[in-house]
Amino acid sequence: MASEKAKSLLGWIDERFPLSSFVSEHLVKYYAPKNFNFLYFFGSLALVVLVIQILTGIFLTMNYKPDAALAFDSVEYIMRDVSWGWLIRYMHSTGASAFFIVVYLHMFRALFYGSYKQPRELLWLFGMVIFVLLMAEAFMGYLLPWGQMSFWGAQVIISLFSAIPVFGEDLALLIRGDYVIADATLNRFFAFHVIAVPLALAGLVVLHLTALHTVGSNNPDGIEIKKNKDENGIPKDGIPFHPYYTVKDLFGLCVFLIVFALIMFYWPDFGGYFLEAPNFEPADSMRTPEHIAPVWYFTPFYSILRAVPDKLGGVIAMGGSIVVLFILPWLDRGEVKSIRYRSGIFKIALLLFVISFIALGILGTRPATPTATLFARFFSAIYFLFFLTLPIYSTREKTKPLPERLTHAIIPLEQLEGWHWNLVRRLLAFITASGAYRRLKETIASYMDKIGGAMEEIKKKYCK
Amino acid sequence: MKPMKTIIALVFFALSFGVQAVEGSSPLLKANVDVFDLESVRRGAGYFVDYCMGCHSIKHLRYSRVGKDLKLKDDVLRKDIMPDGAKVHESFLTAMDPEDAVKWYGVAPPDLSLVARARGADWLYSYLKGFYIDQSPTRPTGVNNLYFKDVAMPNVFWDLQGLQKPVIATHEGSQVIERLEKVTKGKLSDEEFDQTMSDLVAFLVYAAEPAQYARLTLGKYVIFVLLVLAILLFKLKKEYWKDIK
Repeated sequence: MASEKAKSLLGWIDERFPLSSFVSEHLVKYYAPKNFNFLYFFGSLALVVLVIQILTGIFLTMNYKPDAALAFDSVEYIMRDVSWGWLIRYMHSTGASAFFIVVYLHMFRALFYGSYKQPRELLWLFGMVIFVLLMAEAFMGYLLPWGQMSFWGAQVIISLFSAIPVFGEDLALLIRGDYVIADATLNRFFAFHVIAVPLALAGLVVLHLTALHTVGSNNPDGIEIKKNKDENGIPKDGIPFHPYYTVKDLFGLCVFLIVFALIMFYWPDFGGYFLEAPNFEPADSMRTPEHIAPVWYFTPFYSILRAVPDKLGGVIAMGGSIVVLFILPWLDRGEVKSIRYRSGIFKIALLLFVISFIALGILGTRPATPTATLFARFFSAIYFLFFLTLPIYSTREKTKPLPERLTHAIIPLEQLEGWHWNLVRRLLAFITASGAYRRLKETIASYMDKIGGAMEEIKKKYCK
Repeated sequence: MKPMKTIIALVFFALSFGVQAVEGSSPLLKANVDVFDLESVRRGAGYFVDYCMGCHSIKHLRYSRVGKDLKLKDDVLRKDIMPDGAKVHESFLTAMDPEDAVKWYGVAPPDLSLVARARGADWLYSYLKGFYIDQSPTRPTGVNNLYFKDVAMPNVFWDLQGLQKPVIATHEGSQVIERLEKVTKGKLSDEEFDQTMSDLVAFLVYAAEPAQYARLTLGKYVIFVLLVLAILLFKLKKEYWKDIK
C-alpha cells in the first residue's frame, strides 16, 4: 500500500521532473571501475567537507560581525556565549585544513594514476579551477577572525599584487579598498568568502561531476573500462555506483570523521598549524608579529615565492607553480596513465616531486634563514623540473604492457618487484615471526569474534 | 638508487636547519598545569582577582560562567572570587581607566582573555617567575623580565616570591643572564610560590577557552559512536561487495 503510494508519487514527480532518470543515470546506472582503492575516497570526502564548511559557515555567519572593531570579539563570543558555538567554529577551522588535506590527496591520486590524461583534461581543468577558488576562499576566510596573523598574513599576500608592473599598486589598492588592510578589506573579504566564492565553488563542483560522469572514472590500472562492454552495453569491469560505492564511501567517510573528531575535540589548534598562536591576539596595525607564516596549506607556494630574491620574480614563480598544474595534461605526452605501467623515470620524478612539495611546505612555516632559502631554491627547482622534463621523456618512456581487464585495487605485496619491496617483505616476515605479533593477532581476532557474535545475536533478535 | 638516499639525507638536513632557526633568549620553564584540577583553577581565579585585576581584564569571561564551570556555589563565588559590587553576569573587568594606565605605565595593560592561547602556559609561567632587579635609569619599575625584555609591568608578586637578581655570564664575548638568584626571602617558600603561579596559569589556560571542559568530555562519546558506526558500515560494505570479484 505504502509502496504503491510512493510509486504514484514518484510517477507524479517524474512527469514533471526527471527524478528517476537522474538517480538512475548518476547513481544506479553510473558504472564505476570495480577496483577503486583508498585513494579514491578523497573525491567524495572533498564533497562532504564542502557541505560541512557551508553548513557550519551559515551558523557562524549568524553571530559573526564583519567589522574591524567587532570581528575579533564576535569570534570569541561564538566560542564562549553561543550555544555549541565552539563546536561549530572548530568544525569550520578543522574543516578548512581537512579540505586541503583531502584535496591534496585527491590531486595526488590524479598524478599517481594519470587521471588528468585524455579524455579527462576538462575534468582536471575544472578541478584546478576549484583548487584555485578554494585557495581564495581559505585566504579570505582567514582574514575574518581579525587576529594578528589574519591581518599581517593578508598584508603580505595582498602586497604581492603591487609587484605587478604598471597597474600593480592600483590593483592592490582595489583589493584592499584602503592603503592598508582595514575595515573595508574585511567587509569585501566577508562578502567574497560567504557569497561569491562558495557560489562559484558549488557551480564548479557541478561541472566537475558532470565532466566525470561523461568520461567515467579512471582507475588504478589507468585503462578505459568502456572499451570492454558486455552484450547489454555495460562495462564488464564496472559496478553500479549505488549501492556499491555509496556503502564503501560511507565507510570511508566514517573513518575520516573519526580522524576529524579526534583533531577537533583533542587538538583543534593542531600544534599551531590549524589555528596559529598569534591569531589569538587582535589585529594591531602598529605591531608586526615576530614571524609571519601563512597557514600550512599555503606554505609550499609561499616557499617558492620566498625562494626567488626579486619580488616580481617571486610572484611570477609562485603563479607559475600553479599555472603549470593547469597545463599538466598537455605536458605529459605519454600514452600510459597509471604509475603501475609507467617507467622508472616517472616513478622517481613523481617521488622527488612529492618530497619537494612536502619539504617546501615545511620550509614555508619557518623563518627564511640563508640555509633554509638555499634549500627552498633547491626544492623549487625540483618542483618545476618535474613539469618541465615531463614532455621530454614522456614520449619515449619504457612502459609495461597494459592489461586487458582491471587487476587489483592494491597490488599484493608478493607481486611487487624491486629491491625496496624485497626489503619490506623481509622486514614483514621478521615481524610476523615474532611472538608479540602472534599474541596481538590472537587478541584482535578474539575481540573481532566477540563483536561478530554480538552482532549475530542482535541480528537474530531484531532482523527476522 | 643512490640518488634517492642522497635526497632523503638532504631533506633531513634541511629540516634540521628549520628546527635550529627557532630559538628563544632563555629556555622556557615547564608549567605544571592541570585545568581539570578544579581546586587549582579556583585558587588561580582568586589570585587573578587579588593580584592581576587591578590592571588586567578578562573581558570574555563572566563570573557566572566561572561559577558554572568551576562548580562553585553562588555564595562561594561571590565571597572568594567576585570583587565587591560586581554583578554575577559581568565579566572580569578591571576598574583601571586605560587612559590612566597609559599615563602611569606608558601602555594600557592587555586584556588577558586569550593570553594563554597566544603565548602558551609555559611562557606565562616563566614570565611570571622571570622578574629580576634592574636598577638602570630606563627601568621605572626597578625590575626587568628575563622573558619579556623591558616590559612595562611591575613585579606584583615580589613580596610573595622575594626579589631576584641576575647572574651574568660572559658567553662568546657578550654578556648573557645565565640564571636568576634570590636575594631576599619572600612570604612563600619556593614550592608554595611555584604552586601559586601554576594555579594562576591554570586559571588563565581555562579562561582562554572555557569550552575546553565540554570539548574534552564530549569527544570520547562522539568517537565511540563513530567507531561503532564504522564497524557496522564496514560489515555492510562486505555484505554488499561479497559477489564482486
